[in-house]
Amino acid sequence: MATTSTSPSGGIPAQAVRPSLGNRLSTFLYTHPGVVLLLLLGPPLVWMVVVYLGSLLMLLLNSFYHLDGFTGLIVRQLTLQTYRDLLTRSNLDIVVRTARMALAVTLVDAVLAFPISYYMSRFASQRVKAFLYLAVVLPLWSSYLVRVYSWKLILAKEGILSWFLTQVHLDGLVNGLLKLPGIGGSSLSVSPIGMLIVFTYVWLPYMILPIQAALERLPKAFLEASSDLGARPFHTFWYVTLPLVFPGVVAGSIFTFSLTLGDFIIPTALGNSSYFIGQVVLAHQGTSGNIPLAAAFTMIPIVIMILYLLGAKKLGAFDAL
Amino acid sequence: MINQSAPAVSFINISRHFGDVRAVDGVSLDILDGEFFTLLGPSGSGKTTCLRLIAGFERPDTGSILLHGKNVSRLPPYEREVNTVFQDYALFPHMSVGENIAYGLMIKKVPKAERLKQVDETLDLVRLPGLSQRKPAQLSGGQRQRVALARALINRPRVLLLDEPLGALDLKLRQQMQIELKAIQQRVGITFVYVTHDQEEALTMSDRLAVFNAGKIEQVGTPAEIYERPMTPFVAGFVGISNLISGEPARKITGSPESFSIRPEKVHIVPPDTQTSPEMFAADGHVRDVIYLGLYTRYLVELDGGGDLVVIEQNLKTTSMDVLSTRGQRVRLLWQCNQISRLG
Repeated sequence: MATTSTSPSGGIPAQAVRPSLGNRLSTFLYTHPGVVLLLLLGPPLVWMVVVYLGSLLMLLLNSFYHLDGFTGLIVRQLTLQTYRDLLTRSNLDIVVRTARMALAVTLVDAVLAFPISYYMSRFASQRVKAFLYLAVVLPLWSSYLVRVYSWKLILAKEGILSWFLTQVHLDGLVNGLLKLPGIGGSSLSVSPIGMLIVFTYVWLPYMILPIQAALERLPKAFLEASSDLGARPFHTFWYVTLPLVFPGVVAGSIFTFSLTLGDFIIPTALGNSSYFIGQVVLAHQGTSGNIPLAAAFTMIPIVIMILYLLGAKKLGAFDAL
Repeated sequence: MINQSAPAVSFINISRHFGDVRAVDGVSLDILDGEFFTLLGPSGSGKTTCLRLIAGFERPDTGSILLHGKNVSRLPPYEREVNTVFQDYALFPHMSVGENIAYGLMIKKVPKAERLKQVDETLDLVRLPGLSQRKPAQLSGGQRQRVALARALINRPRVLLLDEPLGALDLKLRQQMQIELKAIQQRVGITFVYVTHDQEEALTMSDRLAVFNAGKIEQVGTPAEIYERPMTPFVAGFVGISNLISGEPARKITGSPESFSIRPEKVHIVPPDTQTSPEMFAADGHVRDVIYLGLYTRYLVELDGGGDLVVIEQNLKTTSMDVLSTRGQRVRLLWQCNQISRLG
């Protein structure tokens, strides 16, 4: 315990100091790394498992209940009746429509994001790169609703885009596009084309950043090696850059795809009467109180994303990780 | 075998700067066809930049680069008949070993059957048979190094550039690879341009070498010339141990204050009253430090006339006990007059 003694040879005295509470605590943590891990991960895990996953599971559990059409009350008994109600023609139309939009948004965003990311990582000077980073992320600082409704104003028939197109005599082209069934509408601001434009705009930062990160991680030596072995710049891009950056594209596409699948604000603001999944969930949950059906609809994007990720893995999107 | 026709690589007054730093400063050099040529120097001396200039990853600011007589200064890497083995190998992680090696052939649209045949032949050449299906991540460092070599050699370049390829390997493997690389070079017969900071490696493998310092070449020559007859104090100190004596201490030994250098193994360490002769220089002093290194012993002798000399002697007859007891003893140092290098 607390002793002070000199060693037998009379040299440096050996002192045993009573360890303080702080010392004992830190020694315990040092020798029990599992406890440290638990303390560090504990709070976020509780939040993740209980609050997030727990509530999600509760919601999805509702999809196995059924709404009694007569009383308007939820019958809490496990049944597949709700899923049978879900798989009607009109409901499946909604799902297909939403999935198609998600795919289109993903493709357009990938095509738009790649050149921007490529320029940022390969050619931009430090100052330009910092500026571009800011420019990409800055829209996310403003309200989502503000951005959506700003676009609605821009795209409106009386809006600035329409005026500009008239000036360059391209209004005929746009009107032709708007007449196309399925993607056209009465004006750009109330049509699937308009929705596509706004979707690609709002999710673009989420596609740019992962691609840019993947490009930064690509060692310059690989490109030099490819060039040294006789490959012109296009071949280097095709055989070396693209496969190695592909996981970044997939990561970005996870954002664009899932965010589009669940969104209800842009379809409401810029859509016509045909519903998207998000709107349907809101409608069933709100006005008709049909939580089981809303929950069943919610299941669909989850299943789609799981299938999407499995497909991406199969195609080797994550091989280069 | 060394061909005396047009030089494989010529540098004519090449300079390359990065901002204020003159990485390569007025370098002129001829590398002969078929020789194993080493660019030797400390970090930042410009040797790697010179290699990259040959490959085409850098453009010279002044001067021209000729490959077999053709001016390639403005040509991109994919239009030069040279291939590079990179310091960290730069193997493509998403391709198998076979695909990596065949990359150059694939770009040139060589048919698949022919590609596979050549990949197998090249794998045999670098002594890695049967590994073409593996991924680079599954290989050891030494194996990756050979794959990188195979990937370059399969394209039959006229000049092969190697950027410190053995740096990441342990000593035994490195020594083994040095011998193998030299054997491959002599078998294939192409020009090798090799960059290293390890002077032992340079002396082992090269037909000729150039010693770089701060962007300039201090001396070009065969390993023996560089080692036995260094022309500048830097070369004397960088390659081997310099044993530089100048000024008044030099005058006491040789009669002239001109700086000179003598290699440590050329000096005999003998008892203080040993007979000298006209063709030997002599200096008396005492042993300040002794280090026993198994194969040889290294003495640091402080000379009476000023200065130190390092002497290396093989342990032919002595044991560690004997040599360590010489510490502090008075000794005489003798060496042949014609073996010194005057450094002006």
